[in-house]
Amino acid sequence: MTSTSVMAPPVLHVIGPEDVRATECPVELDLPDDQLVTLYETMVVTRLLDQELINLQRQGELALYPSCRGQEAAQVGSVLALSPDDWVFPQYRELGVFVGRGIDPLGVALMWRGVVHGGVGLVEHHSAPLAVPIATHAPHAVGMALGAVLAGGRDVSVAYIGDGATSEGDAHEAFNIAAVLATPCIFFVQNNQWAISVPLEEQTRSTSIAAKAVAYGMPGIRCDGNDVLACLAATRRAVEYARSGRGPTLIEAVTYRMEGHTTADDPRRYRSQEEVERWRELDPIARYESFLGRAGLWSDDLAARCHAKGVDAAASLRRGVTTAPLPDPAQVFDLVFAVATPELRRQAAQLVAEQHVRT
Amino acid sequence: MWTMVEAINQALAEALEADESVVVFGEDVGRLGGVFRVTDGLRERFGARRCFDTPLAESGIVGIAIGLALRGFRPVPEIQFDAFTYPAFEQIASHLAKYRTRTQGEVTLPITLRVPSFGGVGAPEHHSESPETYFVHTAGLKVVAPSNAADAYSLLRQAIELDDPVIFLEPKCRYRQRTPRSGPAASIGQAIVRRRGRDVTVVAYGPAVSTALATADVAAADCGWEVEVIDLCSLAPLDLESITASVERTGRCVVVHEAPRTLGLGAEIAAVVQEHAFLRLRSPVLRATGFDTPYPPAQAEAAWLPDVERVLGCIERTMSY
Repeated sequence: MTSTSVMAPPVLHVIGPEDVRATECPVELDLPDDQLVTLYETMVVTRLLDQELINLQRQGELALYPSCRGQEAAQVGSVLALSPDDWVFPQYRELGVFVGRGIDPLGVALMWRGVVHGGVGLVEHHSAPLAVPIATHAPHAVGMALGAVLAGGRDVSVAYIGDGATSEGDAHEAFNIAAVLATPCIFFVQNNQWAISVPLEEQTRSTSIAAKAVAYGMPGIRCDGNDVLACLAATRRAVEYARSGRGPTLIEAVTYRMEGHTTADDPRRYRSQEEVERWRELDPIARYESFLGRAGLWSDDLAARCHAKGVDAAASLRRGVTTAPLPDPAQVFDLVFAVATPELRRQAAQLVAEQHVRT
Repeated sequence: MWTMVEAINQALAEALEADESVVVFGEDVGRLGGVFRVTDGLRERFGARRCFDTPLAESGIVGIAIGLALRGFRPVPEIQFDAFTYPAFEQIASHLAKYRTRTQGEVTLPITLRVPSFGGVGAPEHHSESPETYFVHTAGLKVVAPSNAADAYSLLRQAIELDDPVIFLEPKCRYRQRTPRSGPAASIGQAIVRRRGRDVTVVAYGPAVSTALATADVAAADCGWEVEVIDLCSLAPLDLESITASVERTGRCVVVHEAPRTLGLGAEIAAVVQEHAFLRLRSPVLRATGFDTPYPPAQAEAAWLPDVERVLGCIERTMSY
């Protein structure tokens, strides 16, 4: 093995990327048909919800939204490799993770509408709240995984971070502590090529993000992030490794952010339409449809059913967003401490009195 | 009599004994027993799963504490020195303080972050900071600073049992001072009147309490002034009632802290006192504090820190106003 191949691990593909033909699957993926269909359905529903969230923002119903378009395979493939007991620690672009986890997307949309911080209804599904500061949730995933070791649990924790996040100190501290303490933690890096306007080559001189795992003493896997089966396979491998007590894994899912960083961004200022079109040809849902077709699982019926489910979910999301009650401004005082301090009660009373004067 | 190091060590041992979810970790706290020996013997007694060393990563230490707390543990991490909380500041300000709000009250983080703090021990730079204002100003944190061994023991036991995050600032210059085992039981959120007096209220906390008490002795002996000394114990929440009640009796107030003057606790206390006891005040509230400079080199710290002379100077000014 040459040093180059060590430094840049080969990309794991299950569905071929170049000509949208299946290559031989290099990993054991014993998936029943209904699970293959679930992967498709979850990606389709995610895309339709994502589009609806963009629409809602354009119509002034949301303050901001970071689209996950193009990253559905990475998110859905990885999250469906987990058990309900496992924990996920999202950044903020992980709609596919939330949908795969059965989290009501309204709880996420309410954050982007400015009704709540962090999202609603995530913790009960073993998801941490959305994390806006980059990579700061990665050590939380390590702590949760350390807790699994201390409590004798079998669950694993997954931190979802991006290529830009790997430049942050917290990512480094998390990788290192996770490896030193051999915690069952998976760092799932969606390398979507762009950190707002900064391309990967200006983010790191490393030949790949997965290669960074070597120096921490953990396995690094590079997978085709637009191949849902490759993402599932890579995550399964990391989950088995973690559950067997051998410690963390760094997965780099090579994908692409099809939309701007958020709805407030204009990506035409920093990247070419040709580049976007090249990646559009690798669209994860189209590729998977092609795969399902060859596997004899795809039909117009299935497509229509999944589409209808996504349309229903989007309509329900729209209803929820547009009818969401405004937050009670006085509620912020109850959320600070388990029991509000006397000073907070005084300040709350002041705010309530001001509200009465105004109404 | 016992030292603060002994008191904190006993509080940690009893908390580990009483509650299986308590875990103690940080840099050098396991094998070494901490650079100040505060965690001495805990790893031997409770095992490396309950008291362990981490890699050198302050942000990571607070970060994994948050993950552990999310899982139901009651972490008691140590940051080795005051200024080393700065690399962890984002974890403290953006997550530790806000997690309850960010989960709509679902998740409260029962983390007690112990930090050997303040100056007066002849340490090299970055080892003598007074970081309390950063934390007091951050909504969602409780901030505690004991002044003696018995308080350190009872405040730490309470902090660990509390469901909210607590920044526990230990005055390292008082670590080896021997003080009585018994005394009024300190409680988070409540100040203690250390000495009764009718002429002037001196408000202090942490390492400055000894200075305030020594000044009160001098003021009584040399000038015949009766100084009331209030030990805050808890910087957030602040016991406004005790401070105001005292100033209503004395009509004069001096605040003492090592931290630089601008926007130190003294600024908040002066604001509260003028708001609630304005008509009882006989003179302006004064501050005997550190200066608005970086903490000085060890050979110059004695001149920089508020001492009996500086506090007495403020008392004289307020008495002769």
